[in-house]
Amino acid sequence: MDKNIFGDTDLDAGVVDRKIFVDEEIYQRELETVFTRAWLFVGHQSQIPNPGDFFTSRMGEESVILVRDKKDEIHVFLNSCRHRGMKVCRYDSGNTSLFTCPYHAWTYSTDGKVRGIPQYKDLYEGVLDREKWGLIEVAQLVNYKGAVFATWDKDAPDFETYMGDALMHLDMALDCRDGRPGGSEVIGVHRWVLPTNWKYTAENFLGDSYHNPSHRSVDLIGIGPSGRAGVKGRRDGELETATHVWINFPQGHGVHSAVQPSFGNYTPPASDDPEIGEYFRECHRLRQERLGEESRLLPFTGNFFPNTGYHGGQPRGLVVWHPHGVDKTEGWRFFLVDADAPKSVKDYLRKFYMRYSGPAGMTEQDDMENWLYASKSCKGVIARRNPFNYQLSKDASQQNPTVNGIQIRGRVTTQMTEHMARGYYRRWQDYVNDADWDTLLGKHDPRHNVVQAAE
Amino acid sequence: MPDNTVSAPITRDDAYFRLRQEVEEFYYDEASALDERRFDEWLECLHEDILYFMPMRFNVKFGQHAERENTTADEGMSWFNEDKWTLKKRVEQILTGVHYAEEPLSRVSHLITNVQVKQASPSAADAQEIKTSCRFFVYQNRVEHETYNYVGRRYDTLVRENGRFQVIRREIILEQNILLAKALTTFF
Repeated sequence: MDKNIFGDTDLDAGVVDRKIFVDEEIYQRELETVFTRAWLFVGHQSQIPNPGDFFTSRMGEESVILVRDKKDEIHVFLNSCRHRGMKVCRYDSGNTSLFTCPYHAWTYSTDGKVRGIPQYKDLYEGVLDREKWGLIEVAQLVNYKGAVFATWDKDAPDFETYMGDALMHLDMALDCRDGRPGGSEVIGVHRWVLPTNWKYTAENFLGDSYHNPSHRSVDLIGIGPSGRAGVKGRRDGELETATHVWINFPQGHGVHSAVQPSFGNYTPPASDDPEIGEYFRECHRLRQERLGEESRLLPFTGNFFPNTGYHGGQPRGLVVWHPHGVDKTEGWRFFLVDADAPKSVKDYLRKFYMRYSGPAGMTEQDDMENWLYASKSCKGVIARRNPFNYQLSKDASQQNPTVNGIQIRGRVTTQMTEHMARGYYRRWQDYVNDADWDTLLGKHDPRHNVVQAAE
Repeated sequence: MPDNTVSAPITRDDAYFRLRQEVEEFYYDEASALDERRFDEWLECLHEDILYFMPMRFNVKFGQHAERENTTADEGMSWFNEDKWTLKKRVEQILTGVHYAEEPLSRVSHLITNVQVKQASPSAADAQEIKTSCRFFVYQNRVEHETYNYVGRRYDTLVRENGRFQVIRREIILEQNILLAKALTTFF
């Protein structure tokens, strides 16, 4: 691939060419090299609890079906008939024993196999091998603590290798508040179209804490869990006394988490409601009991390469930024609670999630405004002669440092930084260049292999 | 909380039409308060115990619409599921002048039409609590080239407080599946 496809992008210098957000050729390459190879989040097992349950999702630009077959096995299929491509499912979710194409009425069972082809005996017998014309299935799929990820690449490393040390940060979003592994459920999915390139949104979730000023309006008025008690800010001060850590992983993932200095410094959310507050305090106590010192590590936000973001607590959920044309993104935000939390807690959380998140959320509306007009600028001829600055806290990261007594794995800073973005775009270039998997996992990236190497 | 189900068809007599006119006037006043950016006056149109609800809509199999087409207020996520406190916060946010999704302010027009009174109690002549349905077309133009058209149905419960109506329940049915707007910064 022509190296110049990335224009003036120079991640060692900390600059990114604006063209990568608007260039059609790059976008087509991304669809072919990123979204066919990387592990992508598809949905959650709680959305398909029973055999025959399905949820229609996306991978990249393409529609897929997440389905639990009659034998209780989870599959992900391309939502496209093998005959002429019509969607075999146009319902958002439901329960079925068959997917029937509305066009020529080919039917498929929930395990993807061809069930029926009209007039097969008269018109196809001896020619069409039904075994070969089932629904197109992903090459690999994993149900990780209820979260279903999939990839189209049979040569992709297994999910845990792909996630590397970022996996424990995903755990903090998926695990119960009291530290039991897994146990979360999806309570709803926001889906909306944003006029921006998908990388803007992914990059924001990598841990761009520097954009805090854009949320001044909600910080002024106070919309957090305890907002009703007059507490200002958009979240409760769970992380106030913690040391924040910004981490870049060799595979391109990036997170912003935090380490409490000691056990005593934790402030639970929900100070306005004694019952709910008590629930969170008890969860926190149990989490300490289960995880010990490690429980001082708390989640905030992050993005797993390429487009699965998360919020770890306030709010809590996964979000997928699906490419939808070079200048459009479809946001799918999956909101999480502990499945066994009392209804009062679920109600409390979902109402906070709704006022905070997504297109109707008071906080994230302001993100959408910025992503639109920022990404639009990349079309300008003059604008494109001037690359973006990504130099925030350049050369400030350390490899696997100890923070408040806990070793944090990855390249880490304890100050705001754009090193997650720089690392992300390094891997992204490798994907666009169709590199081998060792390269995509960052095994050849000296920043992740030499202790204390310059970032 | 009252809902939008109606027990029996209302009789369309003179009292009905007078009541409908009163409701229409109320809706036009409310729309003007929003479009003319008198947000605090708009809040006065809403009862202290209001439920302001906009479900998400799904594509479901024929026959499952009643059960599964819309999210409900009682559980899960919707676009809006708010009380007066949250709506006040939304107004307060706009008034900070740094809510960038509405700064500078959008240009918005609310067209309210197809207004019908579905139920009046104790009677149309002495309506203390009524259920209505109407259609809305909300046009939003933002900054320069951004334009959004929101079309849908609204099912309200209004109660008379000190002689004037207030909305105590509003269900907003936006005719979209995946939201085709980047942000819902306007009120409905």
